[in-house]
Amino acid sequence: MKRRREGNAGSIAPAQPAPTLTLWQALNIAHDRALAADDAVFVIGEDVGIFGGSYRATQGLYAKFGEWRVRDAPISENTFTGLGVGAALIGARPIIEIMTVNFALLALDAIVNLAAKIRYMSGGQFSVPVVIRMPGGVAKQLAAQHSQRLEHTLMNVPGLRIAVPATPQDAYWQLTQAIALDDPVVVLEHELLYGEEGPFDPDGPPPPLHAAAVRRTGRDVTLVAWSRMVKIALDAATTLSAQGIDAEVIDLRSLRPIDVPVLQASVAKTHRVAVIAEDCLFGGAAAEIAAALGERCFFDLDAPVARIAGADVPTPYNAALEASSIPTVEVVVESVAGLFSAPSR
Amino acid sequence: MQRSLAKQFLADMVLARRFEEAAAEQYTLGKIGGFLHLYPGEEAVAVGSLRAAEPGDYVVTTYREHVHALVRGTPMQVVMAELFGRRDGCSGGYGGSMHLFDRERRFLGGYAIVGETFPIAIGAAYWVAMTSSPDCVLCYFGDGAANQGTFHEALNMAALWRLPVLFICENNHYQIGTEIHRHSAVVEVYKRACAYEIEARRVDGMDVLAVHHATTEALRHIREGRGPYLLECDTYRFRGHSMADGGAYRSATEVAELRARDPIEMFKSTALAEAWVSAEDVAEIEARADAEIEAAVAFADRSPPPKELDRDVYTRSLDLYGGATA
Repeated sequence: MKRRREGNAGSIAPAQPAPTLTLWQALNIAHDRALAADDAVFVIGEDVGIFGGSYRATQGLYAKFGEWRVRDAPISENTFTGLGVGAALIGARPIIEIMTVNFALLALDAIVNLAAKIRYMSGGQFSVPVVIRMPGGVAKQLAAQHSQRLEHTLMNVPGLRIAVPATPQDAYWQLTQAIALDDPVVVLEHELLYGEEGPFDPDGPPPPLHAAAVRRTGRDVTLVAWSRMVKIALDAATTLSAQGIDAEVIDLRSLRPIDVPVLQASVAKTHRVAVIAEDCLFGGAAAEIAAALGERCFFDLDAPVARIAGADVPTPYNAALEASSIPTVEVVVESVAGLFSAPSR
Repeated sequence: MQRSLAKQFLADMVLARRFEEAAAEQYTLGKIGGFLHLYPGEEAVAVGSLRAAEPGDYVVTTYREHVHALVRGTPMQVVMAELFGRRDGCSGGYGGSMHLFDRERRFLGGYAIVGETFPIAIGAAYWVAMTSSPDCVLCYFGDGAANQGTFHEALNMAALWRLPVLFICENNHYQIGTEIHRHSAVVEVYKRACAYEIEARRVDGMDVLAVHHATTEALRHIREGRGPYLLECDTYRFRGHSMADGGAYRSATEVAELRARDPIEMFKSTALAEAWVSAEDVAEIEARADAEIEAAVAFADRSPPPKELDRDVYTRSLDLYGGATA
């Protein structure tokens, strides 16, 4: 029976569960605190102001900090992203929200040619302390142009750091850490995670920005995932457990750099590994992780590194087809089980 | 006209012309690599406009920006060393001809993707406005850049938020080999500003005094809080787009006609006729320029190459496979 929590008059309930928050609320708090703490921080993006952000990440902040600190931008992704870079060169610490990763395709010049390169090509004279946030991934029948993943594109850009939070706590920590850094950081969020709840403690000590986290320990196989695929991996692990396969689930949390030592340590224990990616398979993010592990863990592996990734198709509108275009729990379970029937060396 | 200012203009333009000629020579000698875009013909634009700016103003330029850096005060030897790709270059040898940067002089860089100066400039202007400082941002662009989306996007935002930015069009009539009437429906770039209700005018970009005067007025307009401004300077480049361009798309007659309006020769004649400068002044200016350039080339040649491949990719060294330790 679910225990009903009474009011807190009298005594403090024992074993109080950690407060939970949705991911968008965690982002909202991170923005709020950053804006309050440092006048150099401003937010710019489409509908971040009066509207409060398409996914509510900046809700209430326009009223609190005013239009210069929380700036509604026209639909000019490349130029408002570049605006953030220009301001960053002379002292600002902008947070740029691109409404979705799909629109970031229009801002690639600002991200790739400006944000990522100015420090290097100026011989280190100018840093670019910008955070570029954008949600991506396959959501719910948004069709091909609104269901992309750009991990692979951005991972190949020297000068960028990429964080991929999967939990409210990480969204808060990683955004806060990104704002504090003097390098450009891309925060890839997921459209289906904003409403996800999770434990939240804004004052707890955060792990390093780029550290991976072991979300479930296991002996038999390592599942590497990030963003929304962490939940798929955890659900698959539950099913696999019933089949006698004890999976370890690692949330990568960062795609540039990658926390290979944590993955290596896990693979040394499990001898099998699958990388689960919503990003498309061919030339995708999983390829880099698989290659890094193949190079380092060859003699530890009892099966080839498996990649379970998005189908190499534009995302279809039809719901059933859409669901089949990215890894599902069933597909992960089946693929991982297959690693155990492969001939071992 | 103040004699000292006239001498300054002449000295700047002579130095600019001879620096670029020296760069061309060093390129043919193999000392300078890559793309090299030279400025002869357009000197009055950079000199006239930058001499009207305050030291606190920010400058954002294109890939044809050696002269802008020189006029802004970046020492010639470090500009030449950058063209040589050496450690003493103003970007440490990591940027090259198209990416000169000078933080100390608020020179926010040369950008080599056409139309990139707009977002950088309005970004700097946004921060200037946010912090209520009195500075302006000078944003250079060519006639070809006016057809990039960033031009329109930036003009819109600059006007919308009344950003302190002066857009300076160096209209040299060609986007590489395509003449303006073949790339733009409206060949007078300043006219486009009216779509955003931005004050704009066109001046003779071969006339350093006209450019200086117009820039002074424009910066006053901006500093008075009356919003951004667009100044179109009608100019011409005497050489090809870059060293790789022989210029076959222009007739010899056209080039000769424009060369007859050489901004340096025109200003020199005026300055001599008005007695702002003497023949001795001219000779001295030319001799000093030659000596300074010779020294700059020697300095660049002596400067060692940069050594570290992965310096300043990030604020600190980042092991891409290191995760938590990164």
